[in-house]
Amino acid sequence: MTADAQVPYPPTAAAPVVDAEEARRARKRRIEQAARWVLPVVVMALTIWLWDRLVAWNDIPHYILPGPGRVWGSLTGDWAILWDAALLTGRITLMALVVAVLGGAGLAILFNQSRMVELSFYPYAVILQVTPVVAIAPLIFIYVESKTVGMLLCAWIVAFFPVLSSTTLGLNSVDHNLRDLFRIYHASRWQKLWMLQLPSALPYFLGGLKIAGGLSLIGAVVAELVAGTGGVGAGLAARIQEAGYRLNIARMFAALALVAAMGVFIFAALSLLSHLMLRKWHESAIKREG
Amino acid sequence: MVAVVPFDQRAEVLRMNAVDKIFPGDVQALRGMDLQVREGDFISLLGPSGCGKSTALRLIAGLSDPTAGRIEWAAERQAGDIGVVFQEPTLMPWATVMQNAYLPFRLEGRSFNSAKDDILQALRLVGLEKFKNAYPRELSGGMKMRVSIARAMVTNPKLILMDEPFAALDEITRFKLNNDLLEMQARIGCTVIFVTHSVFESVFLSDRIVVMAARPGRVIEEVCVDAPYPRTEEFRTSAEYAAHCRAASRALEAAMEAA
Repeated sequence: MTADAQVPYPPTAAAPVVDAEEARRARKRRIEQAARWVLPVVVMALTIWLWDRLVAWNDIPHYILPGPGRVWGSLTGDWAILWDAALLTGRITLMALVVAVLGGAGLAILFNQSRMVELSFYPYAVILQVTPVVAIAPLIFIYVESKTVGMLLCAWIVAFFPVLSSTTLGLNSVDHNLRDLFRIYHASRWQKLWMLQLPSALPYFLGGLKIAGGLSLIGAVVAELVAGTGGVGAGLAARIQEAGYRLNIARMFAALALVAAMGVFIFAALSLLSHLMLRKWHESAIKREG
Repeated sequence: MVAVVPFDQRAEVLRMNAVDKIFPGDVQALRGMDLQVREGDFISLLGPSGCGKSTALRLIAGLSDPTAGRIEWAAERQAGDIGVVFQEPTLMPWATVMQNAYLPFRLEGRSFNSAKDDILQALRLVGLEKFKNAYPRELSGGMKMRVSIARAMVTNPKLILMDEPFAALDEITRFKLNNDLLEMQARIGCTVIFVTHSVFESVFLSDRIVVMAARPGRVIEEVCVDAPYPRTEEFRTSAEYAAHCRAASRALEAAMEAA
């Protein structure tokens, strides 16, 4: 007995392109690949040049709008200050993300295992989510002594919900035939959770994680603005605020650039993680020809 | 008119006695179904959609309880006693072919190493040993279905339930899988209940065809296909096969009129 298709496994490398249409398509793909990197870089270079020219042509004073050169000077000159601030903000963000993942995924599993718990607490999760964190933060810092704990709490409030809702969706998106199969084999509740529901939920969870990564940075920044600098030293957001009071606009831009870079880094890291975990089996990670 | 099933000495696996199933909204999916399943039987449930053939399968699998009547197993039912093949391959996409076939053992708590030989044997039986480390997305529809069959057979179950497993496949693949299924059944000697809406498939595969009618779902007739096994491609083109197909078609027409 043989398999119905004689597909070699693992698949061998693709045959060389021969016909004109395929060659055209391959060329188009190559151009697009290059453009993916070149175009954004060109746009950025043009924007920076235009910014520089606008400042020079209009003689705009640096305490209103510094030129890109001055911002670069601040970035390199104040690097020690800014780097310390970035480390602090980054630490709060990462800790908040970890707590959001544990809390969000943990709650999702708890809700999934007990319908009664879900019915009791889900509405409050929604309320926590829809109330702007800027409005909650001042209250938090009244009752929470530790600045770090208060900042973590703020960041967690904004970041846990996408993890909770996407993981919940994932846990409930199990193929119904597979669910039946597990019942036929008398699987226990834990076997079902561990071997069926959690793997099914993984792609959804990772999608929620990507959103939570960005939100925990927002949460950390908001918390810093509300909490001020006392006690734990100043993060990037606090440096922005402080530099604003001193009309050091260049440093404001420099700190802002670092916040943006941090957001991009988090997104890229989580995208990579997602790709590595799904590339073997999930549709989203599969490249198809044509 | 009920065709007489020839008496044989094979032991009984299970028996359905006057089984009714009524769904909410007073939908009678099944009325008064009797069925006796013996070891080594290959029974097809044949009928139009809505005749309750899949419902009967779910009841036998224990996924749903009869509203009235009883399903009696000859021996106490264990977890590995039933293998199921659905219309879709229903594989876990995150697991390799081997891990998918390991699932029934894994749920029993058996270690992978102790189960490995059985898994490889099942994969050999369906001709996929070489693909043991592939992921489902790398396989064709027919190959996925083979993995699904290997998973159903790996525990050496008393009964294998198949719910229109080849309906979504092309005819060439379906014929091939029909042949291979019979070969596998002969080799491991399992009992099969096979749901289908194809007269040709049911005649080729089974020794008994239970013809069902819809609204309410019920058994109309039992057609006996007494052609000897092994059945090969020659059987598919024989006069005997054609005669059995005619008989089954007539029974199916009667079932459609009765509905």
